Amino acid sequence: MGGLLPQASTFGPGVDSLFMLVLIVTGVAFVLVEGLLIYFLIRYRSRPGQKAAYIHGNHKVELAWTIIPGLMLFSLALYQRGAWVTMKQHLPNESQSVLVAVSAKQFEWHATYAGDDGRLDTEDDVVAPINILHAPVDQPVIVRLTSQDVIHSFFVPQFRIKQDAVPGMNIRLWFQATETGQFEIACAELCGLGHYRMRGQVTVESADDFKTWLAEVKAKQSGN
Amino acid sequence: MTTHASAEKSFLEKYVFSIDHKVIGIQFLFSSLFFFCMGGLLAMLIRTQLAWPWQEIPIVGGLLYGKSGSILAPETFPAIVTMHGTIMIFFFIIPVLSGAFGNFLIPLMIGAKDMAFPRVNMLSYWLMVPAFLIMLASFFVESGTAAAGWTSYVPLSALADKIPGSGTGQTLWIISLLLVGTSSLMGAINYITTIIMLRAKGMHMFRLPLTIWALFITAILALLATPVLTSALLLLLFDRTIGTHFFLPSGGGQVLLWQHLFWFYSHPAVYIMILPAMGMASDMISCFARKPLFGYRPMVYSIMAIAGLGFIVWGHHMFQSGMNPVLGMTFMTSTMMIALPSAIKTFNWLATIWRGQIRITAPMLNALAFVSTFVIGGLSGIFAAAIPVDVFIHDTYWIVGHIHYVLFGGSLFGVFGAIQYWFPKMFGRMMDDRWGKVHFILTFIAFNCVFFPMFILGMGGMPRRIADPYNYAFLTSLQPMNQFMTISAYILGLSQLVLFGNFFAGLFWGKKATNNPWEANTLEWTTTSPPPEHNFDTDPVVYHGPYEYSSPMVKEDWLPQNQALAGSAAD
Repeated sequence: MGGLLPQASTFGPGVDSLFMLVLIVTGVAFVLVEGLLIYFLIRYRSRPGQKAAYIHGNHKVELAWTIIPGLMLFSLALYQRGAWVTMKQHLPNESQSVLVAVSAKQFEWHATYAGDDGRLDTEDDVVAPINILHAPVDQPVIVRLTSQDVIHSFFVPQFRIKQDAVPGMNIRLWFQATETGQFEIACAELCGLGHYRMRGQVTVESADDFKTWLAEVKAKQSGN
Repeated sequence: MTTHASAEKSFLEKYVFSIDHKVIGIQFLFSSLFFFCMGGLLAMLIRTQLAWPWQEIPIVGGLLYGKSGSILAPETFPAIVTMHGTIMIFFFIIPVLSGAFGNFLIPLMIGAKDMAFPRVNMLSYWLMVPAFLIMLASFFVESGTAAAGWTSYVPLSALADKIPGSGTGQTLWIISLLLVGTSSLMGAINYITTIIMLRAKGMHMFRLPLTIWALFITAILALLATPVLTSALLLLLFDRTIGTHFFLPSGGGQVLLWQHLFWFYSHPAVYIMILPAMGMASDMISCFARKPLFGYRPMVYSIMAIAGLGFIVWGHHMFQSGMNPVLGMTFMTSTMMIALPSAIKTFNWLATIWRGQIRITAPMLNALAFVSTFVIGGLSGIFAAAIPVDVFIHDTYWIVGHIHYVLFGGSLFGVFGAIQYWFPKMFGRMMDDRWGKVHFILTFIAFNCVFFPMFILGMGGMPRRIADPYNYAFLTSLQPMNQFMTISAYILGLSQLVLFGNFFAGLFWGKKATNNPWEANTLEWTTTSPPPEHNFDTDPVVYHGPYEYSSPMVKEDWLPQNQALAGSAAD
């Protein structure tokens, strides 16, 4: 209990260190403000017959506590742009990535993988079982996300990714897992009475295991 | 209600269909306190489910969830979450701040006899009454009350087959909020006009107490933002009832359009819910520190800055929505910058109590709790403004903790303080300060035990609005913490009985209040407690700013705004 959930993707270290940076900055501000508040409350409690200082303000002090936090906030805004661009704006090269279309509907995740041709929406697409995703470790996965009914949100907490699945929109996101294992997909946008049980699973495995799995699913698919 | 004789009719005119701003303010106060209790009880149901999901509820379970065998049904949880948010925001915080304190205080603090439009004012309350009734009625329609969240994101809120609450319940929700919006709009026009036109002689804008400044800016926010909500609600109503597709992609509509319109209102609305509390806390802090408010003008300008920036940050609710990430970057920058005026206000509050002569009363403790918890609310928002971090914490309990530190920690402690501070002026009697402190300590401790752990849940990745977190393996370890929070929530709820006990005891048996029990400067304390119908027996003339505490010009440590000194001018 406590602390950030362990991370397992290439986004993880960046997000977590930014979290820690903000925690340190806000932590210092927090201790300073609350400390002074409590200190002043004790130090300056009323004593009979005494008057408070008759001070209306101070121009220089106002300037100082406007400019300093202003610059800090603005630097923070600039500092984090890179991480955001990497996460949401610049997708990796498609030819080196696994392509998967994820379509959400009440209360299921449906994944369809690009087949050998490396393209989605073709004959050789591979339809994964409901609520199941697989991903090779250390290789980018590009997800094309949509929804068939209401808004859902594709959230893999350990990968530090979240993206709403919006009906009428195809939104692309990506991740690259750095550890093998099982990771849960949670729906993060209220989507109906079964919202809490809209749970999927990503299995991260070696590139070979991934290929084997994809081939097995494909074999079953054509077998039907 | 019956009207038998003419004597009773005059009672009706005086206390029910009154055009007196003070009576209307008190009507808003009582109605919003009723909804505060109701919203609080709904919160208890949410907390119970999160600590012990799907358990039979002893004693009250049959009454609450009779149909599903004393156990909460899966479709009920989103409905409870939706109504908790809706009621607390639209029927408690906004009406108690703008409706109750706005109405009661504006004419008294600016030295006016009443509002500029007393009948519009009465109508703004009486539009709330059908809104209340319609929302309450929605609990009893067959498919249940609205369940798409207080944000009512489409398409969930537009399509009746996607969740039971999106049947009749959602339609009633929309109609009720249309009435609430119209009421706010009438209030806003009235407040703006009153503050501009009816100030007493000598009350320049820069002699207004911060409470009035905050209510003034809040009214401007409401005036500009509410029509957008109204349009969005109407479009949603059309989509639901007459087959339009403004928000539905199946007919060429845009899902994200709802979010843009909704947050274009609802983000400024966050400031509608906090600015008046900031203003009132400023007045209480200066009064009980017996010291002029530090940086009066920077305080005013930062309210304006918050309001201005408040109109260009709505997109920060939509970072993960599918909105263009480039646009997200713009909203991130404006969001970071809106932290600045809040920081300036915090530093000025601190500097106000520095070298003061602090009187530790129940209203003062609540006002300081406002500052200390608002700081946590504000700082926790910076994590969400750091957009790569937001990807992780968006829609988790981090955000739930953040909003509750701002709205409960901030606004509600402000309201607790304001109730106790202005109670003598409203009712002519005092609330007991010792019981006020008991309520404060219990509430402050329990509040932090409920809401601080939410940040830890958020760091653990727990999404909001899920009926059973333990369905996920990565959340099972959080159950003991959720149980601790729930028990704290029960204590927090029970602690409010102390407030209500103290309130009603004060109302009937409290010590008679003098005109100015807190030795404050602002004009409402220069008239009787409670004030006569026309507020002031002689028109007040203002000679000073509102914060002339501990002035060397007088022997006392306060100097009422209307007290002339040799050489002081009214204009």
